[in-house]
Amino acid sequence: MFGKLTWDAIPFDQPIPMAGSLFMTVLIFGILGLVSRKGWWPYLWREWLTSVDHKRIGIMYVVLALLLLLRGFIDAIMMRSQQALAAGGAQGYLPPEHYDQIFSAHGTIMIFFMAMPFVIGLMNFVVPLQIGARDVAFPVLNAISLWLTATGALLVNMSLVVGNFARTGWLGFPPLSELQFSPDVGVDYYLWSLQISGIGTLLAGINFVTTILKLRAPGMSYMRMPVFCWTALSSNMLIVAAFPVLTATFGMLLLDRYAGMHFFTNTGGGNAMLYFNLIWVWGHPEVYILILPAFGIFSEVIATFSGKSLFGYRSMVGATLAICVLSFTVWLHHFFTMGAGADVNAFFGIMSMIIAVPTGVKVFNWLFTLYRGRLRYEPPVLWAIGFMVTFVIGGLTGVLLAVPPADFVLHNSVFLVAHFHNVIIGGVVFGAMAGLNYWFPKAFGFTLDRRLGIVSFWCWLVGFYVAFMPLYVLGLMGMTRRMQHYADRAWQPYLIVAGIGALIILCGIAATIAQLVVSIRTRQSRMDRTGDPWNGRTLEWSTASPPPIYNFAVLPQVESLDAFWAMKQAGKRAPAGHYEAIEIPGNSANGFVTAFFAVITGFAMIWHIWWLAILGLLCAALTLLAFGWIERKEIEISPEQLAADDRAHLAAASAA
Amino acid sequence: MRRARLRSAPFIVSTVALLAGCVREGVLDPHGPVSGAERLILLNATGIMLVVVVPVILMTLAFAWWYRASNSRAAYDPDWDYSGHIELVTWSIPAMVVILLAGVGWTGSHDLDPAQKLHSSAKPIRIQGVSLDWKWLFIYPDQGVATVNRLVVPAGAPIEFSLSSATVMNSFFVPQLGSMIYTMPGMTTQLNLLAESAGEYPGYSSQFSGDGFSDMRFPVNAVSSAEFPAWIERARTSSETLDAGAYDRLAVPGTVAAQTYGSVTPHFYEWIVARTVGAPVRDP
Repeated sequence: MFGKLTWDAIPFDQPIPMAGSLFMTVLIFGILGLVSRKGWWPYLWREWLTSVDHKRIGIMYVVLALLLLLRGFIDAIMMRSQQALAAGGAQGYLPPEHYDQIFSAHGTIMIFFMAMPFVIGLMNFVVPLQIGARDVAFPVLNAISLWLTATGALLVNMSLVVGNFARTGWLGFPPLSELQFSPDVGVDYYLWSLQISGIGTLLAGINFVTTILKLRAPGMSYMRMPVFCWTALSSNMLIVAAFPVLTATFGMLLLDRYAGMHFFTNTGGGNAMLYFNLIWVWGHPEVYILILPAFGIFSEVIATFSGKSLFGYRSMVGATLAICVLSFTVWLHHFFTMGAGADVNAFFGIMSMIIAVPTGVKVFNWLFTLYRGRLRYEPPVLWAIGFMVTFVIGGLTGVLLAVPPADFVLHNSVFLVAHFHNVIIGGVVFGAMAGLNYWFPKAFGFTLDRRLGIVSFWCWLVGFYVAFMPLYVLGLMGMTRRMQHYADRAWQPYLIVAGIGALIILCGIAATIAQLVVSIRTRQSRMDRTGDPWNGRTLEWSTASPPPIYNFAVLPQVESLDAFWAMKQAGKRAPAGHYEAIEIPGNSANGFVTAFFAVITGFAMIWHIWWLAILGLLCAALTLLAFGWIERKEIEISPEQLAADDRAHLAAASAA
Repeated sequence: MRRARLRSAPFIVSTVALLAGCVREGVLDPHGPVSGAERLILLNATGIMLVVVVPVILMTLAFAWWYRASNSRAAYDPDWDYSGHIELVTWSIPAMVVILLAGVGWTGSHDLDPAQKLHSSAKPIRIQGVSLDWKWLFIYPDQGVATVNRLVVPAGAPIEFSLSSATVMNSFFVPQLGSMIYTMPGMTTQLNLLAESAGEYPGYSSQFSGDGFSDMRFPVNAVSSAEFPAWIERARTSSETLDAGAYDRLAVPGTVAAQTYGSVTPHFYEWIVARTVGAPVRDP
């Protein structure tokens, strides 16, 4: 009846996981209770859960990312404290079966449920506004993408309470992840949560490629697109090309585990090397899916706050597309140590180095955007400068790892761990934080507290260096990754320093939370009625903050790059002579309901409750069909309403 | 720690480099020709890149500081966004660095191909290594002895490793001797190393393999070429024999202390490799 699910799935006898799951359960039910008590459900349902507005969906993605950042960071603190303690004969406080789950969950959560939703959320919010569109191409599909991502995040966190998570690392390498070596539900939690959220991501990718190709405002040719849109386009093309590979790879592993097949098993002719190749054919483009939009954010931020147009726009676009293509030609550098021949290793090493050329060009272009600019030190700029300095160090160590003989002694060491945190924190997280500070006033109509934003930046920056520079040294000292304890006491001081670094980053996260809380509380005094608090250059700043549901009363006419800047220079900001009614899609519960059934299906598959899995899948399919059949209400916005809104916005903008 | 207070990145890089130079263990303290050559490549590649990276960091900080909005002496040119000359330079510099590094990478990959035998006048020693859950088994096929979680090699002689895994993947890694390489079930990877001087060098698995992974450590004892035959003789006095029964006991998942087998069934390594992938095998 309930498959593998019994009371044993709940870790009553283990204090640490039990405390964690209790905390989670109390937190979730506490929030649900609070929402019920305050009577917020109708509001939440109407304005958020069933919204198909790209701006609302983008904000929900970012909220999801921030919540999962907290979960992933608790894992990080536990790992750092464990390694700070477990030197010599000491075992620390986390036995291997917990420690192994923690580092697996940390990586999975931070990449799939923190970095991805953060980046996709920012693209969701910004891209339609930047290209002068009213929404994405498929608004309901967009909601489905969001809720399927949330489904995956929920399943990963369920493993904390019911059962356990994978103990195989964030990429679940076989044969360790095969039934023979991981018979429990951990790997199944990993696989199903990523399969379900992966579908959401793929749909988002298709949606955004279509949106950018088809919905640009009149006059916005490709070479007039803001750089962030170019990076978003490249990133989503990579999603469309790479995520099916991930789905197929996990599909094969699932067949191995559920249907007794032998794709990656030791016996029966399986071969784990196939999985290594496939997962990295997805995995390397994945890092560019994350970093390219971050590059786009930095381009926007640096140009805006320098009061200059971006240096070398064409180079920037070319470099972005070059990275996009090259990212598919380097996957083997993740396993030079598998014993492929010298020619193969050298080829992939050199291809990897070549990516450093367009990336280097980007850094130079940002540098020359600063040159002869007038740089205003708002928080987004600090993140951008911090990024430029930090990222080139990460780039250096990355290219070092692309030299096969150097990789032979650095691979799988904590040097590697330091490298990818160097580029993911210094690149993706800094970019996301810059984007958050930059676009928050656009999303909510008031600015974020500057002082706390600066505190957050410095804590993250200093914390990053204190936490990860010791890992570079440790990697050179020969420390390999994923060790629950170690014999060499000489490593301990470095790991204690790294732990202190993690605590400094914790202060940065606390400062960000404080920044959000303080800013929301004092929002009356920090209102921005102009819609253009930073003297922006691109179209999102031409509309009100927060933008009306239809984004633009009249679709903007684009005549050049930096369209809004040009409009301001030309003094062309008068109300239009003529407004036409706009139809925008009404709410749809499709995404939320489909995701509800996806959770049930995923959970049932994980625990081998076949009848429930079939039922859940059937209901999800019926939901999709039923909503497809129902003729959805469209909301019409009258020309009078549009004219009134537009005049009010322009009056407020010119009054400032 | 002193480094914790330092903030500016270039300073950190150089401090790290300095500190790392003092490190008396790991890959910067090589004790063999492979690890020595790898350290050289590591340092050369870092040096080549620092030539660009350090100026870029300094320029970033300098530009960001000088072109601050409050600096009335700084020029402001809001429409300046293209210069063919600068673009030429910005594409050329990374391209030239990469061409240089590509040369290092290409020759290095070939010179240091793990499967390539090392040139030496000394007679090479063959060792067959197998990773198990969670211990290392080393078979000396020519000497007919085997060890667990300990490797004894003659200093100055090339060591020809054939490596495989009896369970999940692992990676054989002795930082002070050089190149790591995966051990994979059903497959054999080749690795050639040499310890130049006598000493004890820590060895690890660097590919996560499950709960006992942290204990997959083994010391490598490089002994003088005169001492090595004596060690072999001592090893042969062990009454333990590595046969199918002993192997099955050893293969039970868990950690064990170092041990020695005085004799080994012939072609035992090949038997393990075939058995791991479920190929039909007769007990040796």
